[in-house]
Amino acid sequence: MKDAFYFDEMTGHQGDTLREPYQNFDQWFQSENPARLRKKQREAEELFRLTGITFNVYGRAEAAERLIPFDIVPRIISGREWSRLAKGIEQRVRAINAFLYDIYHRQEIVKAGRLPAEMIAKNEAFLPQMVGVSPPGGVYTHIVGIDLVRTGPDEFYVLEDNARTPSGVSYMLENRETMLRMFPELFTQNRVQSVSNYPKMLRRSLAACAPNMAGDKPTVAVLTPGIYNSAYYEHSFLADKMGVELVEGHDLRVVDGRVAMRTTQGYKPIDVLYRRVDDDFLDPLNFNPESQLGVPGIMDVYKAGGITIANAPGTGIADDKAIYSYMPDIVEFYTGEKAILKNVPTWRCSDPESLKYVLDNLHDLVVKEVHGSGGYGMLIGPTATKKDIAAFRKKLMAKPGNYIAQPTLSLSTVPIFTKSGLAPRHVDLRPFVLVSPNKIDITPGGLTRVALKKGSLVVNSSQGGGTKDTWVLEE
Amino acid sequence: MLGKTAGGLFWMFRYLERSENTARLIEAGLRIALTRSGSTEEEWASVLQTVAVYDGFIAKYGTDITRDQAIDWMLRDPQNPSSVMTVIEAARNNAKTVRTALTREVWEAVNECWMSLKQALTRKVADQDLPFILQLIRQRSAYVRGALHGTMLRNDIYNFARIGTFCERADNTARILDVKYYVLLPSAMSVGTNLDNVQWQTILQSVSAEGGFQMAYGQDPRPREIAQFLILDRRMPRSLAFCTEKIRSNLGYLMSDYGTRLPCHDIADAMALRSMQRDIDSVLDSGLHEFIQDFIQDNANLSMQVQTDYRFNQ
Repeated sequence: MKDAFYFDEMTGHQGDTLREPYQNFDQWFQSENPARLRKKQREAEELFRLTGITFNVYGRAEAAERLIPFDIVPRIISGREWSRLAKGIEQRVRAINAFLYDIYHRQEIVKAGRLPAEMIAKNEAFLPQMVGVSPPGGVYTHIVGIDLVRTGPDEFYVLEDNARTPSGVSYMLENRETMLRMFPELFTQNRVQSVSNYPKMLRRSLAACAPNMAGDKPTVAVLTPGIYNSAYYEHSFLADKMGVELVEGHDLRVVDGRVAMRTTQGYKPIDVLYRRVDDDFLDPLNFNPESQLGVPGIMDVYKAGGITIANAPGTGIADDKAIYSYMPDIVEFYTGEKAILKNVPTWRCSDPESLKYVLDNLHDLVVKEVHGSGGYGMLIGPTATKKDIAAFRKKLMAKPGNYIAQPTLSLSTVPIFTKSGLAPRHVDLRPFVLVSPNKIDITPGGLTRVALKKGSLVVNSSQGGGTKDTWVLEE
Repeated sequence: MLGKTAGGLFWMFRYLERSENTARLIEAGLRIALTRSGSTEEEWASVLQTVAVYDGFIAKYGTDITRDQAIDWMLRDPQNPSSVMTVIEAARNNAKTVRTALTREVWEAVNECWMSLKQALTRKVADQDLPFILQLIRQRSAYVRGALHGTMLRNDIYNFARIGTFCERADNTARILDVKYYVLLPSAMSVGTNLDNVQWQTILQSVSAEGGFQMAYGQDPRPREIAQFLILDRRMPRSLAFCTEKIRSNLGYLMSDYGTRLPCHDIADAMALRSMQRDIDSVLDSGLHEFIQDFIQDNANLSMQVQTDYRFNQ
């Protein structure tokens, strides 16, 4: 029945046990009529479509708005498993913020010889404009999404740190809403930790990072590239739930040394801008001059302490895939502790010896672009055709510094509900972390992405992945 | 509130109102085609003029107007900036932009409106489906309005939505009168042919007001009463006087809410005052056509001034 190679979070490595967190769920599932569940599954999709929880796929006009498929089987994590994970996440996020401060100030880590200087100097994600700038409250990454994968009962790996503008939190919240609406009984049978106050915490956390000049009630706003952006739904969702304005570049202007938004009654200054626009587009005067999405001069206001930008510009240096391979060192350097969460072993193709190893073992490895995202531009050796591998080899040899390689992990599976009952599919997990000057808040759970195709390891929504509600049970 | 949000609300409701008005005019056009023998080309030309899409139509199809082409142009053509599908799409995009200002109910109503019309208007509409689809358009737009009434706070958000609605509606009623004014002129009154009767009915149908007219003025439509009804009757929710008064009062709420009097308030007050002081005989005496043309111009100026005063754009 089951490929014993993978750890299934419901039934274990062999597929013959029922793991503890899933016991109540299993009982419920056994007593349910599959036809009713199928109907519920359709209802859920109808609900998502009506609410408009869609994402835009770039470059495909006819399928411009798509739903991310939602699977009704929750992914369940025990309270004990979670507390250990949460400790590891907190440690990592602390280290990332300390690292960013250091990189844009004294660069002690380079001086100590723990990170090669060229990793910074030659890195596109390093923002020279941020050198010597200290963001309000000392916070660089107000919102972080740490991508985790699991390979065994207590084995988690960090796949990626998302320190720029991580998305997906609206799916976490809407998935829970949907489950609560469709299966209220499940939440009386299981004690599931709530996620619903995330928007409130986000607002509080952002307000706590307001610049000194802001008053008691800082004005917060969300900056979106606009309705055609793939994550627009999330931008409007978060602004709505936080009760703050959703602005676009053309709503903003620098007025009297502040960034201000055009209201029906004139320009009103903003204290904290949660921007969902990339660094490069943030300020046509300081970065990409072609940008229509940003605010001319916002960087100058920022440097003068007139606004908080969340996340801070230049945080990309911390989630860069080449820097990733140094993360265990980075965590140790800044926290003085061993990293709790493991890194996936990574070969940096810029290094000739590693490159040789990677080229010799392409069919076993996952090769990623250093700056890529969304599952594009990567090679998954074990499932790739000979032709794919040959083509990728050429790209890799032309620009080795552009790539890193990792072993193919045996990602854990969680069952999804299919026509023929439960069937295991590979998953990952993106918990969401909020950082304010004195506090790190981690929402219990996060976004579980699931590869709906049997055997597939690609969970990205742009590549046919779906999502699940993620439960962390009370301890 | 962001200026952009005010603009988004204003246009969202203008577009929804426009879709509904277009559907109603097509319905009236179909009715007249059924009751008349011979060519209906002239009637479709007048419908196209009323919804201000005539020039675009002849640029695409030439001056030979067929019913099917006229209907397709008004319902579905993406090249027509006022086709039902174009404006519903625009209304929904505006709704997306102002999503944070809308209740879940209003958003879902406009999203469902878009979803069902997108499906209904994927292909050229077959004759037998037309009545259903025209009804669907009116109904979906009404759902959004219902959700607005039932769930939204009475604040500036609501005011901008209402101002957009009534600017569009006033423009629409005025355009109907502008195209058909000649059948309402006193000189035509004496004729009262069968053809005139049909024209008068059409006017009432295109503002969904046959029943209302009958209730207020009795069985037989008379041009003077029709003009009175559509221009000055404050009980009639699509009359110029009614729309003007709604615009004035909603702008008034904004004025007291924000504590600022702006140029648009002067224009709105002047327009409302004018419709209050006029009676229908003086309108007819001094020239119905001129009156309507002036009104369309004033209404357009008011709409522009609102956009400037409340900073919809840069």
